[in-house]
Amino acid sequence: MKRPELISRILIITGILLAVGAPLFLWARTPLIHARMAEDGGWNPDVIQAEAGKPLHLKLTSDDVVHGFAVGQMDMQSVDVIPGKVTDITLTFDKPGIYTFYCTRWCGINHWRMRGTIEVSGSPSDPEPAIVPLYVSLDLDIDAPHDSPVIPIEKPSAISGQQFASNLPIDQSTDYYRSNAPYQVFDELTNASLTEQQSWDVVAYLWQSNTTPESLANGKELYAQNCAACHGENGAGDGVFADDLAEAGEASMQTMEGAMNMVMQNPVDFTDPRRMLGASPALLQGKILRGGMGTGMPMWGVIFTEEQIWDLIAYIYSFQFEYDK
Amino acid sequence: MNRIELTRNSFIKNALKSRYPQLAVFIVMLVGYIFAILAGLIGTPVGSQNFSIVFVWIAWWAILILIAVPFFGRGWCAVCPIPLPGEWLQRGAVLSPPDKRPKWLNLRVPKMFRNIWLQNISFLLLALFSSVLLTTPNITGIVLVAMLFAAIGLSIVFERRAFCRYLCPVGGFIGLYSQTAPIELRIKDKQVCVTCEGKPCYNGSQVGYGCPWDVFPGGMTKNTFCGLCMECIRTCPHDNIAINLRPFSADLAKPTARLDEAFKAFIMFGAAMIYPGVLLGPWGTLKDAAYNVGTGTWFIYAAVFLAIIFIVLPGIFTLGIMTTKGRQSLKQRFMSLSTALIPLGLMFWVAFSLSFVLTNASYILAALSDPLGLGWNLFGTANAAWQPMLTTILAPAQTLALVVGLVWSARTAQKVNEAGTSTIPVIIYCFVATSIMLWLLL
Repeated sequence: MKRPELISRILIITGILLAVGAPLFLWARTPLIHARMAEDGGWNPDVIQAEAGKPLHLKLTSDDVVHGFAVGQMDMQSVDVIPGKVTDITLTFDKPGIYTFYCTRWCGINHWRMRGTIEVSGSPSDPEPAIVPLYVSLDLDIDAPHDSPVIPIEKPSAISGQQFASNLPIDQSTDYYRSNAPYQVFDELTNASLTEQQSWDVVAYLWQSNTTPESLANGKELYAQNCAACHGENGAGDGVFADDLAEAGEASMQTMEGAMNMVMQNPVDFTDPRRMLGASPALLQGKILRGGMGTGMPMWGVIFTEEQIWDLIAYIYSFQFEYDK
Repeated sequence: MNRIELTRNSFIKNALKSRYPQLAVFIVMLVGYIFAILAGLIGTPVGSQNFSIVFVWIAWWAILILIAVPFFGRGWCAVCPIPLPGEWLQRGAVLSPPDKRPKWLNLRVPKMFRNIWLQNISFLLLALFSSVLLTTPNITGIVLVAMLFAAIGLSIVFERRAFCRYLCPVGGFIGLYSQTAPIELRIKDKQVCVTCEGKPCYNGSQVGYGCPWDVFPGGMTKNTFCGLCMECIRTCPHDNIAINLRPFSADLAKPTARLDEAFKAFIMFGAAMIYPGVLLGPWGTLKDAAYNVGTGTWFIYAAVFLAIIFIVLPGIFTLGIMTTKGRQSLKQRFMSLSTALIPLGLMFWVAFSLSFVLTNASYILAALSDPLGLGWNLFGTANAAWQPMLTTILAPAQTLALVVGLVWSARTAQKVNEAGTSTIPVIIYCFVATSIMLWLLL
């Protein structure tokens, strides 16, 4: 073989090997976490391993639309995951355990199914006793109907209720507030010499006195980010996905692997007094923690801290009560 | 007609005669092609950020349809990497002279396939899947691989470049429109070829290979099937091959005389009119139908697409020319007058391509820095924002292209038409089609 032929063959083969090998090598060395809409697979991988105390570097990319990334129960700012771009993020976990990461952008009607877990290994330095949620310790059946038999004519006012409450021997403790539905408190006030509307105003005051403007503001933010897509900005169950969810119905539930024969329900209307005044904060805690079990309502227990859930509940009641601004 | 022989310039001539400059370009193109395949298969599935989509369907397409075809004819074929691995395997060499005995089957392509119907079909197949192909990197990667292996397979079974000549979906329309280009490869003196012994330009010799495109340069009157591979410049023992600059559309004075080529003109003409509606138009239902391949609506879309190209456009054209009388048969007049659609079709493609190329060209910067979507920033442009370019001149440029195309086609119709027959129906046909394009694009 003549020298030019040999050199040209070597050049061609080298070029082909480089064109194939270099991208493959670099691709294999860059593990990405791909985000796709839940219908197309959600997060991939959806289980990530980490070690407590050691920084975890993640490279996130979206294969379709804009998604967001955050880790539940962790004090972190969510980051956007842009189609075709790579978002770098470093996380450090103090304690071992299983953490849930989730999408923070309303990417589609199955947005809330976009979750994965980070398994953080390490020996727990200070084992913490498991805290039993209030709804469990109260043994509440959170799936039982809980409509209030009576509802106020006007939206109860905490400002108005304050003047009556001071003369009444009512329990204003947090435990009492969390364990009782507004209607139950209203019921206990029947012996007081108040009109029905005044009694409801006292209930509103009691609910306001068990929260703070900071908690309400925090709850409002959490609600806007995580709940409004389905339940609506004003709590009326008319979020941007509500119509799509109703339309998708059973079909939507069947798109996921392992889904049972379930039918998507319309999101709850928080402005409905019959439903909301019959629900105690503990009951709502159970619903938020556990989720709706086949209704389309996701479980938030792995995402929100207990404090965040109480803040959220306080805000949800503001759709029923007129609070002091 | 005036022509300027570029190969009189010794630099140009030597550069074309030598195999090394071409080989250097070939290696770069092949590496780029393989990288585009890899990017399509393993890179981000987001088309606008993937090298394969951005470089094939935006950068390459822009260069091809706006520069290479109008000004260099089959200039792209001269550097195309697709046939190279097959050709090198077929020859058993990259540079060395060919063996006397063929290394593979070396069959002649059966006569029934020695036309461009297969190219018409392969183009239409890609055209029907184009909404998915143009936006989905792994589909683009698969198509690029398929073309590479089809070329290798055909090179092993058949002689010469059977893939380029008879199957390549791109080569078909490049050949059609190369007739309008102001560049040509032709012989200098016909008598030299007549008396030339052994015809090494076609049969090969110790200094080079016989025409890979299965064309005898001595009889060539059109650019259509000359791939500008420059092999005949190397093999001609009489220095009788020239690359000429010539007036635009010189080949169109000789009308089309084949039905496959006439229909190629209609396929390209029709596709150029359908694409703006599907890809740029405001009709969501149409876009969905084109994108959702395999669904009922897609089959309806495909049927309408094919009906427009094979029935509606040729049908109206035929009705138009039936109103005139001539010595030639209707079929002959159909083929001959279809030549008039070639310049207008090319200008339709130019006008349509300007829209999406200028709209999407800014993706090139981002894809250059991060071709696989792995978070690289090789040239600091990975986060370049999407920005449509030259928006103020887009509409005037498209209008100009269409008007030029219309005038060009009208003149072509007059040139190819037999004396005494009216070309008014063809001109009206072109005018109506141009008006529809203006409405679709502006």
